[in-house]
Amino acid sequence: MKVSAIFESGVLTEERPGAVSPPEALWKSHKGGLVIVECPQRIPCNPCNTSCPTGAITEFADINDVPAINYDKCTGCALCVARCPGLACFVADLTFGEGMALMKLPYEMLPLPTKGKTVKCLGRTGEVVCEGKVENVAEPLRDRTRVVHVSVPIDKVSDVRAIKVV
Amino acid sequence: MRELKTDVLVVGGGPAGLSAAASAAGAGANVLIVEGDLHLGGQLVKQSHKFFGSKEEYAGTRGFEIAKILREEIANCEDRVEIMLNTTVSGYYREERVVTAMVGEEEYLRIVPKKIVIASGAQERLIPFPNNDIPGVYGAGAVQTLMNVYGVVPGKRVLMIGAGNIGLIVSYQLMQAGVEVAAILEAMPRIGGYWVHAAKVRRLGVPILLRHSIKRAIGETVVTGAEIYELDDKFNQVGETEVVECDTICLAVGLTPTNELLWQAGCRMKYIPFLCGHVPLRDKCMRTSNEDIWMAGDVSGIEEASAAMIEGRIAGLGAAKALGFNIQDEMFGEYWVRLKNLRAGEVGEKIRAGVLNATVDGWEENA
Ligand SMILES: Cc1cc2nc3c(=O)[nH]c(=O)nc-3n(C[C@H](O)[C@H](O)[C@H](O)COP(=O)(O)OP(=O)(O)OC[C@H]3O[C@@H](n4cnc5c(N)ncnc54)[C@H](O)[C@@H]3O)c2cc1C
Ligand code: SF4
Ligand code: SF4
Repeated sequence: MKVSAIFESGVLTEERPGAVSPPEALWKSHKGGLVIVECPQRIPCNPCNTSCPTGAITEFADINDVPAINYDKCTGCALCVARCPGLACFVADLTFGEGMALMKLPYEMLPLPTKGKTVKCLGRTGEVVCEGKVENVAEPLRDRTRVVHVSVPIDKVSDVRAIKVV
Repeated sequence: MRELKTDVLVVGGGPAGLSAAASAAGAGANVLIVEGDLHLGGQLVKQSHKFFGSKEEYAGTRGFEIAKILREEIANCEDRVEIMLNTTVSGYYREERVVTAMVGEEEYLRIVPKKIVIASGAQERLIPFPNNDIPGVYGAGAVQTLMNVYGVVPGKRVLMIGAGNIGLIVSYQLMQAGVEVAAILEAMPRIGGYWVHAAKVRRLGVPILLRHSIKRAIGETVVTGAEIYELDDKFNQVGETEVVECDTICLAVGLTPTNELLWQAGCRMKYIPFLCGHVPLRDKCMRTSNEDIWMAGDVSGIEEASAAMIEGRIAGLGAAKALGFNIQDEMFGEYWVRLKNLRAGEVGEKIRAGVLNATVDGWEENA
């Protein structure tokens, strides 16, 4: 299948406006992690901006804009992860230690993961990328969207976008 | 026959109708909402996912929670709003300006409104294919109602037809309910719904097969599978027919406005493909060519709850203004700006073109 056809079916194939990774130097040293947004289509939506307490997701001039990020302001709090209706925001903390990163991923499935258990980590087409350990299960907005904190090898951060509880 | 009188009759208690009722009642009019279903909220009641749009339209909030917010707003104007559930408007008699409705299956009613807002929403389209009449073939709306209103899953393994927002969202909801989605087929070379909704189901392992369609349902008494095939640019089959095992086939191939009452009322209608069917011509205040009738929501063109709510506010204000209630005209301006902003993106392009095509400058000039 052509790359463009893969993208048109909902799989990110390369960075593009609205779908970029944080700058590497800042990311490597930033405790708490930085946000990764994968929202490359202009749609009428802005809760990532309105939910961000620090203004790291900058205000939209037009509600259809794709999100733009000021990484210097991001604390990795993951409120946007919990609020984004597209489940398109993720946080990765590369300072977790020992070659591992802590990812904060949105989760709306059953069964719920439990702290300390191992889960399968899935890539953008649902393929199993690696295993991860559940470090915490938060529910920041008390609205049943969970933000699951899972530790994964640092080199898997660019691929892991979901978990599967097994 | 019982006869009811009201300033403003609102037909349909979805987001558009509830918003129209709230703004008309807020302006001082007495309002009667007639809803065929057993509860208010329309499509919203079935939406367990978080909505898009801006904060003013409750973005990031789940659909059924938005229905709750609107119902509470209506409850605050209790003395001016009457609600009749399980009551379906069945006809409009133009000469007498009388509406008939049926309460449950027992009672016929006459309603004599001064003004009417029609917010009857949309109905699902279906596509023909051999064997589509065996149990296991559903419309997406039915699947959603079964799951999200009654808590019943339709089957164990579903083939979804259509990758518009409804097909994508219902697929996600099926997975949340523990149902496997075998694949989502889409005849076009790209998904029709939001890319982020597609990404959400893709990362849970569901294939989206672009340029694919269903040939037939397989099964004697119930669905046991489906034959599917790939399409070329001219929608002809390429390659071999493939078989997908499934016990449910779910059709999410689009909606079309529920416009019967508007036809009966003699409103000038136009076929506008971008709005998904025959829709009434309207002025900027959502008034139809029948001076007593306004419209709002999906019946005026298939769009979103966010737009339906704003259109409802506009229509309710328009009806109240025509009745002589004191309206701040700036409010129309605010709503028009919000609609314009919602429709500004690339997904709003077709809506913009469709609405432009359906809008008249004023009825006086067009009479
Ligand atoms: C799966 C799915 C996901 C969606 N996701 C989103 C989203 O994320 N964001 C968004 O903004 N929108 C979304 N929508 C669209 C949104 O739900 C609709 O655009 C919106 O509900 C339209 O509102 P409405 O009031 O015009 O119609 P409806 O919600 O359809 O309400 C119409 C009401 O009128 C009643 N009615 C019809 N005829 C009669 C009659 N003759 N007498 C009495 N009552 C009658 C019906 O029973 C119904 O309750 C989604 C829709 C679906 C199906
Ligand atoms: S993680 Fe927190 S600070 Fe960073 S963008 Fe999201 S909401 Fe803003
Ligand atoms: S809230 Fe999510 S889906 Fe909406 S614009 Fe922001 S990142 Fe995109």
